[in-house]
Amino acid sequence: MSKLSFEKSVAGASAFSLPRCDIPPEAVTVEIPQNFLREEDPLLPELSEVEVVRHFTELSGRAYGVDNGFYPLGSCTMKYNPKINEWAARLPGFANIHPLQPQDTVQGALQLMYELEEMLCEITGMDSFSLQPAAGAHGEMTGAMIIKAYHNSRQDYKRKKMIVPDSSHGTNPATANMLGFEIVQVKSDERGLVDLADLRSLVNDEIAGLMLTNPNTLGLFEEDIQQIAEIIHAAGGLLYYDGANANAIMGITRPGDMGFDICHLNLHKTFGTPHGGGGPGSGPVGVKSFLADFLPVPVIEKQGSKYILNYNRPLSIGKVHSFYGNFGVAVKAYTYIKALGKTGLKEACENAVLNANYLRTKLTDHYDIPYNRLCKHEFVASARKQKKESGVTALDVAKSLIDRGYHPPTIYFPLIVEEALMIEPTETETKERLDEFVEAMLAIDREARQSPDKIKAAPQQAVIRRVDEARAARRPVLKWSPEK
Amino acid sequence: MKVKADYYYSEEHEWVRVEGDLAYIGITDYAQHHLGNTVFVELPENESEFAAGEVIGVIESVKAVADMHTPVSGTVTAINEELEDSPELLNEDPYGHYIAVLKMTNPEELKALMNSEQYAAFCEQQEE
Amino acid sequence: MNYVPNPPWVVQQMLESMGLASVEDLFRDIPEELKLKRELNLAAPLAELELRRELSALAAKNLNVDTYPCFLGAGAYDHYIPAVVEQMLLRSEFYTAYTPYQPEISQGILQAIFEYQTMICNLTGMDVANASVYDGGSALAEACSLACDVTRRKKILVPETVNPRYSEVVRTYALGEKMEVIPVSCQEGVVDAGAIAALIDDQTAAVVIQHPNFYGNLEVELEKIGQAIHAHKSLLVMAVDPISLGILKPPAAWGADIVVGEGQSLGNSLSFGGPYLGFFATTQKLMRKIPGRLVGETVDLDGKRAFVLTLQAREQHIRRERASSNICSNEALCALAATIYLTVVGKQGIKAVAKRCHQLACYAKQQFVKAGFKLKYNQPFFKEFAVAVNDPQAANAALLQAGIIGGYELNDALLFAFTEKRTCAEIDRLVAALGGMERE
Ligand SMILES: Cc1ncc(COP(=O)(O)O)c(C=O)c1O
Repeated sequence: MSKLSFEKSVAGASAFSLPRCDIPPEAVTVEIPQNFLREEDPLLPELSEVEVVRHFTELSGRAYGVDNGFYPLGSCTMKYNPKINEWAARLPGFANIHPLQPQDTVQGALQLMYELEEMLCEITGMDSFSLQPAAGAHGEMTGAMIIKAYHNSRQDYKRKKMIVPDSSHGTNPATANMLGFEIVQVKSDERGLVDLADLRSLVNDEIAGLMLTNPNTLGLFEEDIQQIAEIIHAAGGLLYYDGANANAIMGITRPGDMGFDICHLNLHKTFGTPHGGGGPGSGPVGVKSFLADFLPVPVIEKQGSKYILNYNRPLSIGKVHSFYGNFGVAVKAYTYIKALGKTGLKEACENAVLNANYLRTKLTDHYDIPYNRLCKHEFVASARKQKKESGVTALDVAKSLIDRGYHPPTIYFPLIVEEALMIEPTETETKERLDEFVEAMLAIDREARQSPDKIKAAPQQAVIRRVDEARAARRPVLKWSPEK
Repeated sequence: MKVKADYYYSEEHEWVRVEGDLAYIGITDYAQHHLGNTVFVELPENESEFAAGEVIGVIESVKAVADMHTPVSGTVTAINEELEDSPELLNEDPYGHYIAVLKMTNPEELKALMNSEQYAAFCEQQEE
Repeated sequence: MNYVPNPPWVVQQMLESMGLASVEDLFRDIPEELKLKRELNLAAPLAELELRRELSALAAKNLNVDTYPCFLGAGAYDHYIPAVVEQMLLRSEFYTAYTPYQPEISQGILQAIFEYQTMICNLTGMDVANASVYDGGSALAEACSLACDVTRRKKILVPETVNPRYSEVVRTYALGEKMEVIPVSCQEGVVDAGAIAALIDDQTAAVVIQHPNFYGNLEVELEKIGQAIHAHKSLLVMAVDPISLGILKPPAAWGADIVVGEGQSLGNSLSFGGPYLGFFATTQKLMRKIPGRLVGETVDLDGKRAFVLTLQAREQHIRRERASSNICSNEALCALAATIYLTVVGKQGIKAVAKRCHQLACYAKQQFVKAGFKLKYNQPFFKEFAVAVNDPQAANAALLQAGIIGGYELNDALLFAFTEKRTCAEIDRLVAALGGMERE
């Protein structure tokens, strides 16, 4: 068991010292009224430097990243994170600049942001971008705000409904709700695509828009996207592109050409920036020109050879972030796009789709794949056959994969597939890795039939066994307390 | 799947046990089974009024969340505070633990509910 | 440079195994007319060495705070980041991982978040802290939205002494019409308890108090303000500087219901405004309504202590449109930086850093006053204060000429921040340079 830093604490130990104080002794004062001062020191651990380093090194040994192995976590695009990007973001000229410095002193940063926006416009077919949103869901929110602001600007106040597919990611309906939209769910048809008849029956003059991922969360390209766009536009709504799956189309087709009016991209998925164990991400939002005025302030503009931040945008929705978004992440994505260039992005996409279809084909005879046809960057298999035959569920398969050295796929999402195993290999995996993974999946299938209890008892090789989640949620312990 | 005789049942898998003009309301064995480990129950406020079909509480499990509707109209006269500390009771004995007691304003509404046999058949149908 | 590992002959082999002739076949489900029938209009791929050159050149166009001393604050601070923080963050088991959905292979990350939650609780005095939200501004917006949700009221009072960037973010979030932002004007650089009492009513969900406030001042009427708020069963939402909590009374002691803030100061670089760290803490009572990820302690099948994401029924992936927040990815790595930072500085260090910032600010005030300057406000402050100048923009330009990154420009003043990285010598230079300019 790994002790908490608090439990390793030794009174008086320290890993820190301040520089000598050069304030003349007679000038050293504390001018804070007594009743504003803390009475007790905040309880923080006290450790020597070597112990701090060992503590976090130990914790890192109990974590698993893309650098540790295959990470086919569907919808998350766990591709390799190039090391040069880490170097770039840590350059003092990027890492150590204050967001409110005079604009003349940060021309390199503004130029990078401006150029990144231009590149994202080209990749998506949009006309303007803002880098302000800090993650995918934040981008969705910014997009939903723009939709609202657009309808409001036309005094079209009755548009209170947002359509999302039943296969959509939870952030789509949650976002629309935050903006006060009523959520209308459109069904998926037997192909796993938006049911056009259902969609037609849902649209009217109260529809604000449709939020759609393409390829969708089943990894399938929405082939009727042009008709979908027509239906939504004819009803006066806007079409929003959730770019979580853009790795499947970049360089091949563009949301802007499909008829989408607004889109976000996840730089932390498609453009190779690391997920950091849950962030930071970056969710830039792009729009067609007729919506550009609504983008968050400030926008970066180029005047002659100079870049400026323009706050004077009366129609803007306002700010969604204290400053300009996750600049450090933008530096990494910029470096990535520059590395891959005009040919590399498409190659990345092609190989992501190739790897997904390769895995899908290899697993077809052993796992149920409800929508089994050409997929894009990911596909959704199901453990329902295993569950019926031997009681082994998607969760059990996931845990058994841990024992075999893999990070499991996304499970139980999308909600429209029972016992879902959502598998996204990404382009940065070799055929050998994929073959090994297939072997592992087949072995699990075999073992499920022969000795299901073994799979149900997995993992056995990890630092802990399965956890009691009900206990955690019933009587939550969310911080360490010394009296324990 | 257990079903209790003499209880009334709704299609949303709530049960009603009647004592005079009081309706004890809870969730069925089918409901708890499908929700999985219940981890939290949000109870209504005492003395609040509800019409049949309205949401009177929320039940959270590890991986799901479900609204609890009242099958009958009335005023809340008691809530089961025991569930606040021990939500698992709904898994252990769903028919033994009511969520709220309502003083019914329209007992006629009971007629629209299922009896235990009808409910057992209804559940079977749902499973198909 | 490309990171695709399969050479073309392997690609061909894979295609053949699926009965496909070419890569194009993989995209035949996309309508022809939608396909981009040209190369993307981007530059040619660059080799790593070329990337180094290009990126170095771009970075070199920026003036960084290592070259010029920085007296800018206003929501982002040039605090020292110990080498241990930078080194540990480079461990790729941390930074190349996703959100710890699978607890068995994510104990290290889950435990670090649990330690982070504990630290934020201990600094603020609150019961519960989440695993982070995007930044200070969005943390405040989430707090206001939570306040409206739990009180079933709509009005949020936001005084002028709150960081204007934060209030702007709150106003943007209010586009959803679930909250109504009511500005409160302030004299003397602090919130007047009377003004709050006059505006607050039974429709007020919360009052936001930033303390120390945007102008660096302590909100001297905090106690009375808190009483007025709670008398109306509204919530006190506080935005705080985590470094200040090394010496300042924790927000819980003022009766705060929700505490948020910008955690950048804790081991995260300035990085031109992001990625930063929104921290979010609240009371036991509001625990099940808190937005974002939470890590809880439990046991595994063998009874061993284990950590796991918990209370997930609050979140978008389960509650969907009924979730009170849509947040999914947060700022986990920035929270890890904060955790490592707070472990390095420890109990004594956080106090020492806070004290040093304040003492340097006090020294600076003395020097400014000696040089004939007036402070814009006559209030107790922590590490920032505003100095009255005739032309802030010109003054800043002159400071830059003198090799100093100046303050934040207010209408008639410059707001200066003093971190432990500043020295008396630098402060003397600042005062002298500004003095020289103002006398001209
Ligand atoms: C389809 C989809 N939409 C939205 C999101 C939310 O993105 P983020 O976590 O960056 O907020 C995700 C992330 O998993 C996703 O897969």
